[in-house]
Amino acid sequence: MSRVGMEVSVAIGEAVRLCDVDVVAAYPITPQTHIVEHIADLVANSKLEAAFIPVESEHSALSSCLGASAAGARTFTATAGQGLELMHEVVYVASSMQLPVVMAVANRALSSPLSVWGDHSDVMAVRDTGWIQIFTENGQEVVDQVICAFRIAEDQRVLLPVMIHLDGFHLSHMIEPIDLPEKEEVEGFLPPYRYPNPLDPARPVSMGCFAPPVIYPEMKKAQEEHLRASKAIILECWEEFYRSSGRRYQPVETYHTDGARTLLLLMGSFAETAMAAVDEMEGIGVVRIRLWRPFPFEELYDAVKDADTLIVLDRAISFGGPGGPVASEVRAALFGKEKRPRIASIISGLGGRDISIENFKEIIRRGVAMANEGIEASEIMGVRE
Amino acid sequence: MIPKSEAELSWRDINAGGIVIEAGSASQYRTGAWRSRRPVIDQEKCTRCGLCYIYCPEGSIVHDKDGHFDVDLYYCKGCGICAEECAPRSIRMEEEEG
Repeated sequence: MSRVGMEVSVAIGEAVRLCDVDVVAAYPITPQTHIVEHIADLVANSKLEAAFIPVESEHSALSSCLGASAAGARTFTATAGQGLELMHEVVYVASSMQLPVVMAVANRALSSPLSVWGDHSDVMAVRDTGWIQIFTENGQEVVDQVICAFRIAEDQRVLLPVMIHLDGFHLSHMIEPIDLPEKEEVEGFLPPYRYPNPLDPARPVSMGCFAPPVIYPEMKKAQEEHLRASKAIILECWEEFYRSSGRRYQPVETYHTDGARTLLLLMGSFAETAMAAVDEMEGIGVVRIRLWRPFPFEELYDAVKDADTLIVLDRAISFGGPGGPVASEVRAALFGKEKRPRIASIISGLGGRDISIENFKEIIRRGVAMANEGIEASEIMGVRE
Repeated sequence: MIPKSEAELSWRDINAGGIVIEAGSASQYRTGAWRSRRPVIDQEKCTRCGLCYIYCPEGSIVHDKDGHFDVDLYYCKGCGICAEECAPRSIRMEEEEG
């Protein structure tokens, strides 16, 4: 293993090479990142023996991935922002058909106005699509999670698609030091993909069937139970990864939370700035949700139950709704618990707007004041009044 | 999706991804249950031209050895296209009872 400086998008392409994928289908221009550009290079230069399909839209990209996955191919794609929106219909189909595609999403704001910059609006639009969804904070985490994602997705007890979220630009376009494992190490960690009933003319099956009311609810309950049950296998994979790499991943990550009366909760790469901010403050801890779906209810409660105040930072708006989408979920997850912190919901960092260390300190101070005053509505911070 | 016994299946019985292992099971689905009107062919007026057979979007017109056309009511959804296209006007749509 050697540590190399590289752009995070390129590092994801290298991780995909190490995982020896068979098929990559992607729309190759905006809002695409260098992820698939690098994979196209790897395929063209025979460094990865795979079919690279440059399709005409993201809807077709994911549709092609589903067909390839159903035929038994290890399959990857990547998209961002508007691309994920255009894929939307097929995103639901992938999880419902239990096809273990792995997709990296460089999280971006949504039009209009046109913005190619980062926030979590695209994530929130696919929140309920039934995929396993994992957030990352730096380049090493993305590489590690892409490798883990194939193992989780293709586990015979799981067979679900996995989305790896990384912040657009703030993470996707950074150059960071990355430890890339050796090919043999990845081969030892990631067994070959075997789909139980692949598309095969010799053994025909029917996939994506029609389901009238007499059976549709049973199928949806099966899907829901199945996604929830996948958490145990995700944890098992991360434990195994820790044993082989020394890097530990948990559904909810904590930083300086022991004894902290005030906690800041967020997701994605801005957590690194948030941690730097609380280093300069007293008694504040940081909580990050890594496993967004299936939602880590127990781990979240364990992480926040002893605090007085929990400030939730959202980088998306649920327009006209109950506040920041992460704050809503956290409130719902803690509702009914006898012992729980007061929750303040703050929205900031939309459309690529930075949140500096100083901004994080302001967010924390305002969040504490909101909790003390009992303000439950979300506040949008860092905008000119 | 699993025609014969779907009403008896528990959510625990659903195959991964809803895959139906038995191929061609759609043929067991009685789309005829959707029908509110049924086509009735007057075999005296029928000229055996086969327009109904060609136009039926569901392949529900069957052609027997004697050259007669008939309707497979297991699949016929009652759309009425055959009656509309029939050149000698030998097909009429009758209301289904009940």
